[in-house]
Amino acid sequence: MARVDLAIIGAGPAGMAAAQLAAGKGLSVCILDEQPRAGGQIYRDVDRVAPLRGDLLGKEYIEGRALTAGLGAPGITHLAGAVVWAIEEGPRLAYTQDGKGALIDARHVLLATGALERPMPLPGWTLPGVMTAGAGQILLKQSGVMARRAVLVGSGPLLYLIAAQMVRAGTPPLAMVETQTRGDFTGALRHIGGALRGWRYLLKGLGLLNEIRRAGVVRHTGAHGIAITGEGRAEAVEFTAFGRAHRIACDTVFLHHGVVPNTQAARSVGVAHCWNTQQRCFVPELDGWGATSVGCLHIAGDGAGIGGAKVAALAGRLAALDIAARLEAIDATARDTEGASLRRAMLSELAARPFLDAAYPPLPEALAPADKTIICRCEEVTAGDIRGYARLGCIGPNQTKAFGRAGMGPCQGRYCGLSVTQILAKENSQSHDATGYYRIRPPLKPVTLGELAAMDDAPEAAE
Amino acid sequence: MNNALPFEDLEAGRARVAVSFGGQDLHLPEGANLAAALLGAGITTFRHTPASGAPRGPFCMMGACFDCLVEVDGVTRQACMMEVSDGLVLDMPQAGER
Amino acid sequence: MEADYTIIGGGVVGLSVAWGLLNKGRRVIVLDGDDGSFRASRGNFGLVWVQSKGMAQPRYARWSQTSAAAWRGFADTLGDATGRDVGLEQNGGYDLHFSEETLAARVRDYEGLKSKLGGDYPYEVLGHNALRKQEPAIGPKVVGAILHHQDGHANPLRLLKALADDVRRRGGQVLTGKMVTDVTKADIFTVTCADGTVVKSAKVILSAGLGAMTLGPKLGFIAPIRAQRGQVLITEKLPKMINRPSLVARQVDEGGIQIGATNEEVGLDDRVTQPGLSGLAAEAIAAFPALARAQLVRSWGALRVLSPDGLPIYQQSETMPGAYLVTCHSGITLAAAHATLLPEWLEGTEKAPDLEVFSEQRFAV
Repeated sequence: MARVDLAIIGAGPAGMAAAQLAAGKGLSVCILDEQPRAGGQIYRDVDRVAPLRGDLLGKEYIEGRALTAGLGAPGITHLAGAVVWAIEEGPRLAYTQDGKGALIDARHVLLATGALERPMPLPGWTLPGVMTAGAGQILLKQSGVMARRAVLVGSGPLLYLIAAQMVRAGTPPLAMVETQTRGDFTGALRHIGGALRGWRYLLKGLGLLNEIRRAGVVRHTGAHGIAITGEGRAEAVEFTAFGRAHRIACDTVFLHHGVVPNTQAARSVGVAHCWNTQQRCFVPELDGWGATSVGCLHIAGDGAGIGGAKVAALAGRLAALDIAARLEAIDATARDTEGASLRRAMLSELAARPFLDAAYPPLPEALAPADKTIICRCEEVTAGDIRGYARLGCIGPNQTKAFGRAGMGPCQGRYCGLSVTQILAKENSQSHDATGYYRIRPPLKPVTLGELAAMDDAPEAAE
Repeated sequence: MNNALPFEDLEAGRARVAVSFGGQDLHLPEGANLAAALLGAGITTFRHTPASGAPRGPFCMMGACFDCLVEVDGVTRQACMMEVSDGLVLDMPQAGER
Repeated sequence: MEADYTIIGGGVVGLSVAWGLLNKGRRVIVLDGDDGSFRASRGNFGLVWVQSKGMAQPRYARWSQTSAAAWRGFADTLGDATGRDVGLEQNGGYDLHFSEETLAARVRDYEGLKSKLGGDYPYEVLGHNALRKQEPAIGPKVVGAILHHQDGHANPLRLLKALADDVRRRGGQVLTGKMVTDVTKADIFTVTCADGTVVKSAKVILSAGLGAMTLGPKLGFIAPIRAQRGQVLITEKLPKMINRPSLVARQVDEGGIQIGATNEEVGLDDRVTQPGLSGLAAEAIAAFPALARAQLVRSWGALRVLSPDGLPIYQQSETMPGAYLVTCHSGITLAAAHATLLPEWLEGTEKAPDLEVFSEQRFAV
């Protein structure tokens, strides 16, 4: 069995930056990632793709190559296509690669599992042709596959980025159906100080908006009453804005109202989480270095709270410093000295967040969906079902899971967990923290019984 | 180029290999992300849900939602986590095809 | 808040008893725990099982048979009242064997029990080929099976939901998120919860599963129970491939294959482990080779509620008469008996079953 000083789950900006720094301090590092090539979602497949269409994807995407290049440093093993499905005591990771299960022991583990799109349950969101905006961007980045007749629905900076990239690729969206209101913007102005300190983000946003406008893309704002309709696939987006009903025929719908930390791995080992009211999601409880309540386990990047790629890389380095100090590769003074400048850079990168979070809030009707709307895509459980289970005495998501199967499917609650917590919190007049979240257990990703059985040490039952 | 298809492939020049999906013969770019390649070939419904039989296609493209499941050699797998290879035989997962 | 009965524990055991008492016109309050409580009711294997029960105590075998026989009526009544199908199938179940020796030994044991039960133990032995006719997916390593015709299975989660629904429908008051901290008795019982809730009742039933380990002694019981971990696997939904349940695997009505279970003495640790999952997967594949290609989508560890001899405990408190301990491992199998016969025993009617062998006295040595 392999044994390393540091095992990192996720080869996005946080994981890659941490790996390079930790290896530089003399630690043996293994970085495991599900994708065939490094980059995470933000820098997906950047080494292969940057020469093909880097101009279209933008400078910030291409910059990811600096991080992927760092994985070539001595002391780093990159296990590509490795799906980690259990984190056990030790720490010990169980993963599958090329159809074979394997174990790896580490003195310390860093989770850098990134973000997921915030679930956006709307009528019709399960129809083929409806995807997350992140999915649309991944199609473009990794595969060069562009939606010809797409409508973007929701709010937030990512929506403008993908719209601008679609414009550059020559297939602009048919329309942008934006859900933020003028009131959201006015309310956000109290965070304008921070926004101005983070002016680079705002400037970038204004640039994107200009590109979108010049291309003649129609923008609707303050949209509500949104539904995706169609027979067997998405055929149109219907909504109301400023008192008028609209219907836009299309083939593809990209949904987005923010991203949230992917907490599955952290929850599976019992890391304490709390509700973050600004980001409207659960985040793990961490110290300033990313250390968790569980021994030998750090978290960095968007999985620790949404900050974006640059913050993730900085947080990855901070975590790596602390881990190096705990494993006595450096002393605490060296850690603190090197950490101080990273921390300053991180605060500066985070300055615009409160403004952006307030100006582009999640869509209320997707946080408290109508009774008939499916919230658990896997098991097809509706918001009304969850409310009914609350009336049957369910005070938490694990009880509604038992009653109605929400969260039991292969996605393991990734796209319904926050919806269930929010619906139950409201129905039971409880806080989100008191309501809680699914108990996440292995396998974090499905694994075949054959792969599992091949790892069985015990003599066969048959003999 | 077929402009009626929902997706356009910017890498249309890539070498193609033979793949079948539910008995339909396709020529997909070798080494491409399988879910992306199927979408590029005009396939939007990848499976039907075991619960209600509703059609589904790729949703997250990052291995999290499990809506793009297909069956390969009797194993259900996420198309968005696979690459196109020559001779791949794909079907919709049986559990949804009752 | 006042009632005839306060039932501490709102799992399948507590709710089954509550349901039965409500049917007898009693006023019932059920105190249920929170979302994170150990809940055997949502972690169990869902068998309605007779074979191998009570090998050393025929009364337990008989009690299991009685409940299994009452299950159909119980399920139908619940189903009619709530519109919820609890997925009961009683077409028999298998004890699968990988060696002729274990199969022969088990048959000898069953013959002994059968004679003690006056011949009422309807099972047959199927060799590999006969079994394969019944279960085409069975693998070559399975030499044979005992098919017991009184065995079956149900959907335990839908049973829990139907009970939660119908207990309320029949007027039971179910209070959730309650942790009982104290029980006292003057004329009547006063049950106090951590959040300050106080309920009063003439009688108290302690059916709190592992919660009885701490609450039992306060009510004058020995409550010699312990946790035993069972790890359980469930696959993605698959087309029908297993017809009858066994202790190795069963196909649930939604399509997934449930695979069980480990027996581990690890206290209150309900985690799963890679060695545990791998061992179960290997055994399931030995029984049904096609399962090698199935994806495992969920696993869990659940804690069995076990007495030293594995049998239920039904006991009235000697120091606090009117308080009853009701605890068992097989809450699903015994649900029908708990819903129909146990209320007679609690009420002391002439229909009361003789439960003397299940008293705590058997541990008071």
